[in-house]
Amino acid sequence: MAVPRQVELVCPAGSLPALRAAVDNGADCVYVGFRDQTNARNFAGLNFDDAAIREGMRYARRAGTQVFIALNTYPKSANWARWTAAVDRAAELGVDAVIMADPALMAYARRVHPQLPLHLSVQGSATNHDAINFYHEHFGIRRAVLPRVLALSQIGHVIANTPVPIEVFGFGGLCVMVEGRCALSAYATGIAPNCDGACSPAKAVRWVQTSQGMEVRLNSVLVDRIGPGERVGYPTLCKGRFDVDGKTYYAFEDPASLNGLELLPDLLRSGVRAIKIEGRQRSPAYVAEVTRIWRQALDACLDNCDNFCAKPAWMQALAQLSEGQAHTLGAYDRPWK
Amino acid sequence: MTAQQLSLGPLQYYWPRARILDFYENAAQWPLDVIYLGETICSRRHEMRPADWLALAADLASMGREIVLSSQVLLESEPDLKAMRRLADNGRFRVEANDMGAVRQLQNRVPFVAGATLNLFNGEALRLVWQLGAVRWVAPAELSSADLAFMQAARPAGMQTEVLAYGRLALAYSARCFTARHFRLQKDVCEFRCRDFEEGIKVRTRDGAPFLVLNGTQTLSDQVNNLLGELPQLGSLDIDILRISPQAHGTREIVHAFRAVIDGQRSARDAIAALRPGVTGSACNGFWHGQPGMAQVTP
Repeated sequence: MAVPRQVELVCPAGSLPALRAAVDNGADCVYVGFRDQTNARNFAGLNFDDAAIREGMRYARRAGTQVFIALNTYPKSANWARWTAAVDRAAELGVDAVIMADPALMAYARRVHPQLPLHLSVQGSATNHDAINFYHEHFGIRRAVLPRVLALSQIGHVIANTPVPIEVFGFGGLCVMVEGRCALSAYATGIAPNCDGACSPAKAVRWVQTSQGMEVRLNSVLVDRIGPGERVGYPTLCKGRFDVDGKTYYAFEDPASLNGLELLPDLLRSGVRAIKIEGRQRSPAYVAEVTRIWRQALDACLDNCDNFCAKPAWMQALAQLSEGQAHTLGAYDRPWK
Repeated sequence: MTAQQLSLGPLQYYWPRARILDFYENAAQWPLDVIYLGETICSRRHEMRPADWLALAADLASMGREIVLSSQVLLESEPDLKAMRRLADNGRFRVEANDMGAVRQLQNRVPFVAGATLNLFNGEALRLVWQLGAVRWVAPAELSSADLAFMQAARPAGMQTEVLAYGRLALAYSARCFTARHFRLQKDVCEFRCRDFEEGIKVRTRDGAPFLVLNGTQTLSDQVNNLLGELPQLGSLDIDILRISPQAHGTREIVHAFRAVIDGQRSARDAIAALRPGVTGSACNGFWHGQPGMAQVTP
């Protein structure tokens, strides 16, 4: 497939300074959330109240940057009205799109705010064109964000079979489980990405120094025991070390974050229309640096896809940003297939 | 309040063909109302071909059971989608849609069951799938009894509600196979190692506590979600169908225990006490009580 002329760089903003950093460094779009469980980064001290979002939108608009609001958790019957109120607020603010997972909430948005563009969130678990076309036919979604479990060839196949523009993750944290279909955090802590907007919440994390090393628990569950000199990552359950049949290892995923920069030409040739950077929980400095590098890389690739190469300086800078964590091409490359 | 029905959920594990057929031959004798059939986890599992499942469905249907064919949860490839469409077009049996892609193929055409992985968390979502032809929905594992009460109040008249009443919780799905990873094998040449484990591979925390179970691309709870003690509340919430998930041993006893309590022949307390030796792993009911799923709350 021919490389699309325009591919958007979609960058995270958990705060006004992060939003400014993304805008200043060349994001085409920034995505933000309100300060509650209506979005999947419901962390203390993060996200936007009304004043901050209005200011953020003014700032973004001046630079010609689009603003998306993530309302990508699942409302329950008891608190349905909080989510619909959030949709109303987003519509009133005049955002460029809302990113949603719950089909009923999409139906509400479609009915009450027919002009409000809808994107299907990664939390909607849509991994195939039948699912994406379902949301398109019923709710007129204008974009779908793919879960981070598909291989490059599968992404191309999805794109060939749907009229919906496709966004994929390029960089940042990596879920090894299908987003929207993981209740590991709920099982251990009672707090769930699906309905509470948080995975492995900080309030459930406990670090205890023991004679066997630093133990990290999520609620009562021992996620790992870290020896001297070992790297320490955030203790999500899928990145823990466990005993399986007498072997102790990372049973699900080695702690690594996604960096798909080297695959940019392949992603663009497959017809991807937007590249998403994960990390609304990250600092403004992080957002600035990642956005800057990806802007340069994306421009270079759009300019001359066939001769694109990931510059060592970019890769080094990105590696440093991940706090020494290893980088992986994730499912795009599928070394485990 | 109508009498509650018992269902047998789809088999999560990969057993040899003879064992699968033997299991269902026995299950045909149990006091079950609904039996879900099919491979929902991995398209590489081939002990039972689609035609075999259909033949089994026909056999069990002839014995008066309602048969539902369950679709694969994670649909990635075109062959995955083709297999799902074949199910949708089977022309005889109901289908449990476990992905919105399956809903698209079934909607406004044939009545279907909206599976737990569709993430139906509110009454509006229930009405939406009802309008598309869902005659029944299966509650997501994470829902509490308080959430369910709201859903029950909001559900369309005539739509049935099904709840996992007994079995390991399906906590996560991935494109990646954790059983193959355990054996350092590539997924495409996995040697079907999951067939060697009748109930998956146990994952313990480093202080030795049983925690999860690796079942190919699926991750299950080690603890068994057991709502036997919650039957009175399940009844008062008007839950139509209680699902029991097949396990390697003791499924017959579990089905009979639920039946006896539903029919008022036994108290829940007696049934729990009688079951204990046949139950694998320890029990949990945290999700039902609005707590971490692995918690066990005394009813």
